[in-house]
Amino acid sequence: MHRPTNTFRAERRRLLASSGAALLAKAGMAPLVQGGAVALLALACRPALADTADEALAAAVRQWAAGRPVQEGRVVFDIAPLVENGHVVPVTVRVPSAMAGADRVEEIALFNARNPQREVARFQLGPLAGRAEVATRIRLATSQQAVALARFADGSLWSHHVEVVVTLAACVEE
Amino acid sequence: MGISRLGAARRRLSMATRTLVHLPARATRGEVIEVRITLGHAMETGLRADAEGKLVPRNIATRFECRFEGQAVFAADLYPAIAANPYLAFFMRVPGPGTFVFEWLGDNGFQHRETRTLAVS
Repeated sequence: MHRPTNTFRAERRRLLASSGAALLAKAGMAPLVQGGAVALLALACRPALADTADEALAAAVRQWAAGRPVQEGRVVFDIAPLVENGHVVPVTVRVPSAMAGADRVEEIALFNARNPQREVARFQLGPLAGRAEVATRIRLATSQQAVALARFADGSLWSHHVEVVVTLAACVEE
Repeated sequence: MGISRLGAARRRLSMATRTLVHLPARATRGEVIEVRITLGHAMETGLRADAEGKLVPRNIATRFECRFEGQAVFAADLYPAIAANPYLAFFMRVPGPGTFVFEWLGDNGFQHRETRTLAVS
């Protein structure tokens, strides 16, 4: 039986190391990985792009929140998880609220991660608003994360993040 | 009416801003009703190219306000991510009979105002 030469084994080790690195990078463990062209490539492609888009979304939410904490919950962002037509995407934001006292919802906002602009809409609910519920139709340029936020009269901020897959994108071609 | 006059009337009609408002025919005091409104508006993002490859200039309806008897019900700031012919649905607690005023503002000095009365039994 022919034993593999040292050079072959070294080559095999490199290959194994780099494919392992790619796997680790995909699992978000990139900092633990020592180099490897494949790992770098994996970093440069998917995770890095998703991270900048999601970071831009987080920054938009932070700006809206003006330094106050935003908690996940209380808001229901109703949107289809798989959207066929990104030009017209029906959405409903529902916030269970008695619409009285500290429980009143004063504002509802929508942001997205990967359209040309982070803002989608902001809604102000006046004294006559009967229910903290708004429906509209939005555009989604591509598959991405989106968030619905609510500001209560007591100043507390709540959110619901969703991931949406878009098959026919808006803003690309007409 | 002659054909030409009819044509002119049709052209005027197509130029006018169209709005659809859905309200219940009647409501009772204290009831929560749904208000649905659609504005005929292209909501051009300014990022889209026409057939010749030239960018279509941005034209967005950016603001909507709904008042009932002068009291704020609902308002919205809209961005290019809102689909063409913006549709909004929201809820109002009926304080009594009265008149809705719906106002739209937008790019290029766009302004539109609609009123509807609500019968309350």
